[in-house]
Amino acid sequence: MTEIIIVSLIALFLLAGAFFTLVAAIGVIRLPDTYTRLHAASKSSTLGVGMTLIGVFIYFAYYQAEVDTQLLLAVLFIFISAPVGAHLIARSAFHSDVEPYQLTILNELKRDETGSEVETEETARLKIERSKNKELDD
Amino acid sequence: MTNFINIVVIISIIIFAFAMLGMIYRVIKGPTLHDRVITLDAFGVTLMGMIGLVSMALDTSYLLVVIMLIGMIGFIATIGFAKFLEKGVIIENDRDNNS
Repeated sequence: MTEIIIVSLIALFLLAGAFFTLVAAIGVIRLPDTYTRLHAASKSSTLGVGMTLIGVFIYFAYYQAEVDTQLLLAVLFIFISAPVGAHLIARSAFHSDVEPYQLTILNELKRDETGSEVETEETARLKIERSKNKELDD
Repeated sequence: MTNFINIVVIISIIIFAFAMLGMIYRVIKGPTLHDRVITLDAFGVTLMGMIGLVSMALDTSYLLVVIMLIGMIGFIATIGFAKFLEKGVIIENDRDNNS
């Protein structure tokens, strides 16, 4: 009975981890610009690998009676370091003038840093209409 | 029971391999350098899970040391690339008198 529970737990963790990693890869391939790709690559892959490593931990703890704390430490390390790395890359991309997707409505960091016009609902709607016309032209 | 776990591990390895192939596509194609760095970061994170699965398939726990190391190296590489792409330097020596 215990073995059935442990085995199904391991299988659940491994398959869910593989699923989230696949979602991360699909997001990296399909999403339109750098910032949205960053969103897929940092969050989803972190969750996927965290679940996979927890499954591996349970497997080694149950079948080989070998509690490997390094795996838990690695999971903790990813959960701390992935947001930091993603934030740094996003900041560096913004300061190197990587353009966001053309349907982006509100760019608050650009507005705050350059002190240009305050974007109200009206200008945002105008911008959307302009970019839609541009897409139709292309 | 162990047979069932073997099947699950093999399926997971195949899914991880396809995910890594997709990431390699984005590394090659990526329009800007930032896309490539982001995807390499995600690739390193995926590689950690792949090594865990391979150590399960081979039934050894010797490979588990590598996971932590790859995580650290990937994190430091990401930070180094981010600072290099933003400013052109990685380690700033004149932190006191820059404007």
